[in-house]
Parts: sequence; C-alpha cells; structure tokens
Amino acid sequence: MDALQLLAFGDTGWGDEIARGLLVTVSLAVATLPLGLLIGFLLALAKQSSEPTLRVSADIYTTIFRGLPELLTIFMVYFGLQIAIRQVSIALGFEGGIEINAFVAGLIALALVFSSYASEVFLSAFRAIPNGQYEGANALGLTGGQTMRLVIVPQLVRIALPGLGNLWMILLKDTALISVIGLSDIMRQTGIAARVTKEAFLFFGLACLLFLALAMLSSVVFSRIETAARRSGQR
Amino acid sequence: MAVINETLLPAQPPPPDYREPWNASRIAGHLVLGFWVTAAVFLAWWLVQVWNAEFFARYAPRYLEGLQTTLALVIVSIVLGCVLSFPIAFMRMSNNRVLGAVGYAYVYFFRGTPLIAQLFLIYYGFGSFREELEAVGLWAFFRDAWNCALTAFTLNTAAYQAEILRGAIESVPRGQWEGSKALGISRITTFRKIILPQAMIVALRPYGNEIILMIKGSAIVAIVTVFDLMGETRRAFSRTFDFQTYVWAAILYLVMVEAIRNVWNIIERRLTRHLKR
Repeated sequence: MDALQLLAFGDTGWGDEIARGLLVTVSLAVATLPLGLLIGFLLALAKQSSEPTLRVSADIYTTIFRGLPELLTIFMVYFGLQIAIRQVSIALGFEGGIEINAFVAGLIALALVFSSYASEVFLSAFRAIPNGQYEGANALGLTGGQTMRLVIVPQLVRIALPGLGNLWMILLKDTALISVIGLSDIMRQTGIAARVTKEAFLFFGLACLLFLALAMLSSVVFSRIETAARRSGQR
Repeated sequence: MAVINETLLPAQPPPPDYREPWNASRIAGHLVLGFWVTAAVFLAWWLVQVWNAEFFARYAPRYLEGLQTTLALVIVSIVLGCVLSFPIAFMRMSNNRVLGAVGYAYVYFFRGTPLIAQLFLIYYGFGSFREELEAVGLWAFFRDAWNCALTAFTLNTAAYQAEILRGAIESVPRGQWEGSKALGISRITTFRKIILPQAMIVALRPYGNEIILMIKGSAIVAIVTVFDLMGETRRAFSRTFDFQTYVWAAILYLVMVEAIRNVWNIIERRLTRHLKR
C-alpha cells in the first residue's frame, strides 16, 4: 500500500489513531508538568531549609527517584498501586479486582521522576539569588510568604527557566515509556499500526518525527517564554 | 563620682542550651523523616517476611546474569559512542556549513526523540528492509535484539557525548590555541596535549551523568526481549507475580547508580585538586 494511504485519516488509514495518540502523549506531559513543578518546588524549599530532618528527607526522595530507571518506576507504581489497592479493598471487605488507569499510573510515575530533577534545578536557582534580597525584603517589613511570592519567586523563575526547559524535553520523551503499561500514546498507536500493516519503519519513523516536531514546538515556545521573562529583568 | 562596686558577681550557671522551637518546618521534617524510616523498616520487615530460599536460589543467579548483560551493554555502547562522538563533535564545530548541518541534524534527531522510539525503529523498522539488508549481509546482525539495542544505544549516546565534548572543547579559551601556535606546536599536538586535557576536566561531570543515564535507559531493552536486569525482573514477575522481584531490581539499580556517583565524586576531587585554592 501507498504510504500516504496508510497515513490517511478515516477507516482506511492510521492517521486519526496516531493523531489521538499524539493528543494522549501531549496531555500526559501537560498534566504531569504542574504536579511535578509543585512537588519539585516544595522539595527545593525542604533542601535549603535550616531543618536537617527536612533536608535529609528531600535528599532521600531525590536519590531514589533519580537513581531508579524510569521504566522500573513506572512498573513499580503501576503494579505496586494495584497490589496496594487490592490489599486495602480486601481489608475493607470489597471483592473483585480494580484496574489502575495507565494514564494515572504514568502521571504519578513521571511526576515522581520529574519532581526529583526539578528540585535540583530550583535549588540551584535558589542559591543564585543573593542573600541581600531576603534581607531587603525583611527590611521593608514583608512577611516570609510575601518575600517568597513577591521577591524571590519572580527571580527564581527567570533563573530556573532554561533548566526547566530541558526537563520538559526529557519529560516529553519519557512519556513514550508509558506505552509499555498500555497507554494509547504515540508509541503504542504507531506500534499497533506497524504490527498490522508490517510497515514498521514507516510508522516508527513517523513516531520519531512526531516527537521531533513536539521538541521543536517546545523549544520555540520556551524561547518565547524566556524572552518574556527576561524583559522584566533588563534595566 | 562613679561608685565602683568592688565585690565580684558570684559565678553564674551557664545559660540553658538553645533548643530549636517546634516550628512548622521542624514538625514537618520529623514527620517526613519518620515516614521514610517507617517505610524502610517496613520494607526490610516485608523482605524478611516473604523470604523464600527456593525463590532466591532460583532467581538470584538470573539477576546476576541480567546485571552482567546490563553492564556489558552500557560499557560497550559508551565506549563505541565515545569513539563515534569525536567525528560528530568535529563536524558540529567545523566551518564547513554542510558538515555542520549534518552534525547538527544527527545530534538533534538523537537527542530530540525518545530512546525507545530509536530502538523500535532499528529493531522492528529495519525488518522492512529485509531484502536490502540480506543483500549486503547485515540481516543476520540486525535480526538479533542485542545487536539492535547496542546499535541504538551507541548512536544515541554518541549524540549526547558529542555535545558534551563540543561544549568542553569550546570552553577552553582561545588563547590556549593561540599560545601554542605562537610556540610552533602543531594543531594535532595542541589538541591532544593542551586542549583535550583541559576539556576533559570540564567534561568529567557530564560524562558521569551520561553513564548514569545510560544505565537507567538500558532498562528499556527488556521490551525488545533482551534479558538484562530489567528483562530478568519482568520474567521473574510474570512467573511469580511477586512484587519483591521489582524491589530487588530497584535495590540493584540504586546501588549501581549511587556507586558510580560516589566513585565519580572521588575521581573529580582527585583530578581537580590542582584547581583548589
């Protein structure tokens, strides 16, 4: 069959299936981002706090989730959650198996990995902000929360943006791994198409090109955001 | 007139030890640390609880074999990738626009797409060119999952290592080139004896990170039926449905990554001791 025919939308081609996979990939990455950023920010706060127990706890988290292969984290979250829920439901007297949604398991696993990397980016951004900023805010009578919100975070975002941009690219690529627990993302949809049509090179090549397109789009968006963020820092 | 008190004050007891008040962050810290300790204790207790000599005797050797496969895959692809990264880095840095574009495209492709997609493209995708590959005698090579994984990993890490190398070489100040030119040292000798040693110190940390990324990334070969550590784990889990299979794999991976991280810190401290003041 002709390649164009294979990639057509509708019943004869695989275009619409793969487009749906693209949507799933993007929505998984977009859904993971805020959760990962939030946990990563809290971890960075913990890592630079004066309380040693907080610092150690955050370091343990980072060591675990940066050291484990992403694939293993995904499997452990997927199967571990299923086993845990089954145990809990048996303890509560429910019967019957409960299937964990691959999207939710993937979201949790990716957020764990993303947040441990993001915490390091935030931490180095925190260290780049001079102490005088805190002292100045204190002298102006701002409370701790106000200092963070009005003085520190706006500068922090500007410093952390390039690092976060890299992490976003990594996150986008890591979503491809969620296909192994059955999420219908780009990889899975192209894989099905490859198996059915026996045109593996065409479809996996297409998957690569789609990821490349996403990467290009992200770099354009990120350079826009960085320009916008830099504007307020210029004198 | 000032009145001077001639009697000394009696010795005072020392001030009480300063105790950090129980503020929010201290409470939170103790709670979270308590959670980690509980989790660790529970994990240890659970592993003792599910300890099964038969299981261990059956799967421990397989795990070690898988570990060997993982390490072999990582070491071979890192070394081959290192060799391949030099021409790519030079292409990226060359003034020839065509060469530069080719190098850029290579690096962009392999860094912009997921490793798993590259692996599938080679393992499944090359099957589409079976006749052509048979004609040049490469089909036997690409039919084997291990060879495909090795190819994909080598090409992938070559792109990352080329970027590390390029960044490191460009971080060496231009004056180093000019100085050695003034001394009449040939370009090759300059590169080998003056630029590369300085670049390698800059590249040391990124190289360590790349090795760790490869160890973690190598887990995906389990999907294309290579029985590395992850593959053995998946096989053991599919037979026993015992979650401890994954826990053991996690412990092995964590030990590997932490070992490399610490060894790398020692190496870096040793190699940069002349830069410390």
